[in-house]
Amino acid sequence: MTTVEFRKDLFADERDDTLHEIGKPTIRQDILGHVTGRTPYFDDHLFDGLLHMRAVRSPHHHARIRNIDTSRAAVMPGVRRVVTARDVPVNLNTLLSLINFGRDDEPLCAHDKVRFLGETVAWIIADTERQARDAVAQVRVDYDPLPHVLDVEEALKPGAPLVNEVYPNNTFDYHGKYDHQKLRFGDVNAAFARADHIVEAEYQMSPIEQAPIETCGAIAAPEQNGRYVCHTNTQALFFSLGTTAKLLDMASSRLHFIGGTSGGGFGGKVDSIVEPTAVLGAVLTGRPVRFTWDRYEEMQVGAPRGGERWRIKDGVMADGSIIAREFTGFFDSGAYMRLSPYAIIKAAGHLPGPYSIPNIAANVFCVVTNRTPATAMRGFGITAADFAIECHMDRVSEVTGVDPIALRLKNAYRDGDMKAHRRVAKNTALIECCQVAAGKAGWPLSADLAAMTSLGGGQGDRALIPETATDEEGRIGERRAGRAPDTAPSKRPTGRVAAGQAGQAVVAVPVQNEDMQIEVDRIGHAIAASHGAPVASPAPTYARQAIAPQRTGADIVPPRPAAPPQAAPVAASRAAPPAYAPPSQQAAPSAYAPPPAAPTPPASPQAAPPAEKPYQPDRPFSRGVRKPGTSPFLSGTRRR
Amino acid sequence: MAKVPLTFTLNDAEIGVFVVPGSNLLDVLRRGAGDLTPKEGCAQGACGACTVLIDGVPHLSCLTLAEMAEGRRISTTGGLAVGPELHPLQTAFMEGFAAQCGFCTAGMLMSAKALLDQTPNPTRDQVIEAISGNLCRCTGYEPIVDAILTAAAKMQGRTA
Amino acid sequence: MSLSVETYPTLREASQAIGDRARYIGGGTLLMRAVNYGDQSFDRIVISREIDRTIRNEGQGVRIGAGATMADVLASRDAGFLHPVARVIGGPAVRNMGTVGGNLFAAAPFGDFATALLALDATVQMADGQNQPMESFLSGRDRARGLVVAVTVPRVSEREFRFAKISRVKPKGASMMAIALWLRGSGRIDEARIAFGTMGPTPLRAKAAEQALRGRDLTEPGIAAALAVCCDGLQPADDPLATAWYRRAVAPVHLKRLLLETR
Repeated sequence: MTTVEFRKDLFADERDDTLHEIGKPTIRQDILGHVTGRTPYFDDHLFDGLLHMRAVRSPHHHARIRNIDTSRAAVMPGVRRVVTARDVPVNLNTLLSLINFGRDDEPLCAHDKVRFLGETVAWIIADTERQARDAVAQVRVDYDPLPHVLDVEEALKPGAPLVNEVYPNNTFDYHGKYDHQKLRFGDVNAAFARADHIVEAEYQMSPIEQAPIETCGAIAAPEQNGRYVCHTNTQALFFSLGTTAKLLDMASSRLHFIGGTSGGGFGGKVDSIVEPTAVLGAVLTGRPVRFTWDRYEEMQVGAPRGGERWRIKDGVMADGSIIAREFTGFFDSGAYMRLSPYAIIKAAGHLPGPYSIPNIAANVFCVVTNRTPATAMRGFGITAADFAIECHMDRVSEVTGVDPIALRLKNAYRDGDMKAHRRVAKNTALIECCQVAAGKAGWPLSADLAAMTSLGGGQGDRALIPETATDEEGRIGERRAGRAPDTAPSKRPTGRVAAGQAGQAVVAVPVQNEDMQIEVDRIGHAIAASHGAPVASPAPTYARQAIAPQRTGADIVPPRPAAPPQAAPVAASRAAPPAYAPPSQQAAPSAYAPPPAAPTPPASPQAAPPAEKPYQPDRPFSRGVRKPGTSPFLSGTRRR
Repeated sequence: MAKVPLTFTLNDAEIGVFVVPGSNLLDVLRRGAGDLTPKEGCAQGACGACTVLIDGVPHLSCLTLAEMAEGRRISTTGGLAVGPELHPLQTAFMEGFAAQCGFCTAGMLMSAKALLDQTPNPTRDQVIEAISGNLCRCTGYEPIVDAILTAAAKMQGRTA
Repeated sequence: MSLSVETYPTLREASQAIGDRARYIGGGTLLMRAVNYGDQSFDRIVISREIDRTIRNEGQGVRIGAGATMADVLASRDAGFLHPVARVIGGPAVRNMGTVGGNLFAAAPFGDFATALLALDATVQMADGQNQPMESFLSGRDRARGLVVAVTVPRVSEREFRFAKISRVKPKGASMMAIALWLRGSGRIDEARIAFGTMGPTPLRAKAAEQALRGRDLTEPGIAAALAVCCDGLQPADDPLATAWYRRAVAPVHLKRLLLETR
């Protein structure tokens, strides 16, 4: 039996110990259905006259489609409808277009060429699944195979096959500017020059299939009044609904999506492919249609966690302090983008792992290849980077001779430390975690290491944004033209951003549709006038900078922070780094907060309802508890 | 494609259906007989979600040609509970958190039932062996093994 | 191309019904996979009402009816030396269904039982009364016509026969590789038969290694020569379980463990 041990001695003052549920067995509310077999999964809905839909799939990694001959398939027994790309009203989409991220790059059904093995080129709808399979085998597709590329770094070479014309450089274009996501913090090259050791290595993680026991599938059927019902095992019901509405050019009010229990997802059921396919089938036949992947399709066509390759270079002092860390990361997005560009932004925000390292640089590429498109899976964007980082920590330990746990403790981040993405670390617990692990393993720790704590770091330099070296290498198109051969962060920085400044934050993506603006006063973090008095620094102004109205959608470079005057006292900035919201400010939105609609910031101190007296918690603020007036999505603080 | 008649006993009920030749038993149970408790996870014998008992012995219904079930006695999770009273295995799975998404549960229960019918006092290794053809992707197997052992103990206590 | 199912009263008649587009179904673990995935190479399924599931001693060997399931093998005392093989095939449900006859036709990564039968130099008995040694049966398997009705396996002692299934999944998964050994001799090896499963399209013998073991003893120096040549003649392929390179790299390691295993 597994047992859970609660270390209530750790962070005891931050938590009330009324853990009513945690640590006690609880009967799941859905378990009676599971043990009696009555839980309805999508395929447990029976329909009279159900038709079965199967896809014709590409046997090539990359090929031009010359012709598709469905004439023999169409007259096979039981066949009700042959469906091709022509039948898809809007045959181009990208999953995150629903939140205005990325370009439409993926057809539901390939028409001009196929870009990965297993891509859909047509569908058959028939009375039985067997008949659909038999007819699929009779579809004749004339392919003209093209050279393909299956490796991320091969795909970046100037002569590499162009996989997806929407991304002509085989990379996602970040912020309309670079072919990779940059992260710069301090000056790694200067630090490498004075380091005692340089430790470099490469790590790689293969794609991983989520492998739920229930494969992706959906059943769609006509309802009344031109509506269609869709039973699906999607993990993202409204993604699936919105995607279906877009691909089928149909008002979402005509779609009645019913989700519910899915037989395992793990990230593999967000891609919203089976739903529009099944609804399309129901629209074209007027009958209930079931479209389900078999196990082969789930493994071959179902999007996995993408493969990743990471190169890490550390500058380390003889005592084990890591003074610089440089990353070059490659995400294999496969033939289409789906969620990978987002995963890279997540990864860049995570670097350099749970350590405080004063100089960081990273170039992270989202690369298009002829592999199966990648998607979400359990912590995607973080998992492989962490695997690489922790392997690398052990390597640093071997090179320096510093005990591996001592090395982690020495470099561990603490509350208040400034992270490379200009957010302040909080709720950190690596130190305590290492101490407990060492204790459990009987691993000796010196007295000073055993006495360390995550609380109370973040003073002095650790809380600051250092002066940062910048460069402009890797602009869109340079690499394919052969003008940017190096993928690692530049060794010849061309600019510097003064200490204390966030520089140009090119992470946030502006909202393109007016009606998608989040109104700050509607998400519950209005600031009391007498409470969140801005401090002297220009930080809040920076944070609240709205998108300039004249900005076009194509130009997705977010607002440059209202640059503090050149003569801005560095000391003032140091006292209140822009992205760090001290508790007294009640979570000033940072650059990452959705910008309020231009031109008037709705939640300016004047506009907020006046509070009679400053908010005072009636008990100590504890982990995971929402403080009234604080959005969990914004920069709340825990430790004071 | 003339359908052929097929009769069998499903959880003590006589079933007669017409099936398309070459159908697998799983499809016949689900769409023909309306017992939706066995699930299709792979249709190739790898996952065990479709496990049913034929004449008391575990079989993969997805790999059983429907015609070969003629006249046989088939048990599924749909027949485990007696009225409102759950089988001890079901209770133990409930109380021991032995399911998360629930998709493998019906097959697990059938494999476990076959074990306990033959071996009322199994060792932990025997339990692991008995469910070795059933994949679970969510919970890990420990709570499932624990639940089966708990159920075995309870059933022994009841009869002893 | 809808499927039809034909039932015959005897194995002999069923055997005659098998043809280009007709397949015999035993336990179904192979054939129904193909049916479920829409295999277009056949559209008739042949069933025989007569099924031979008997296992009995016959002369120097044990005769196993082709319809005997892995569970039947495990229930038979006469086939006791084959229990380590039958036990590691599939889960309980697969063992209740999968037959010895069907296993002879299983493509890699399946066919562990056939691997053992190859090492043991079993004889395959066809419905038309003809007998064939395992090795020639396997090499002509894709062109085989007719039905297997039984196999006869020389009865060996547990000391002489060793079997290992190497899988990456615990407690059990498909074979990354299977190795079966029949070693005769006391102290020194007089005669060795080594069969590898999942190291080619069918189970294959490692004849060079067999040769190199002759006259040697089961010590590290004694087996070194055999390990060096154990992949000669094998044709491992890349599949989702392992690459051919990996299989070649680890084959000597696993063979060594099995040879030096203390009994």
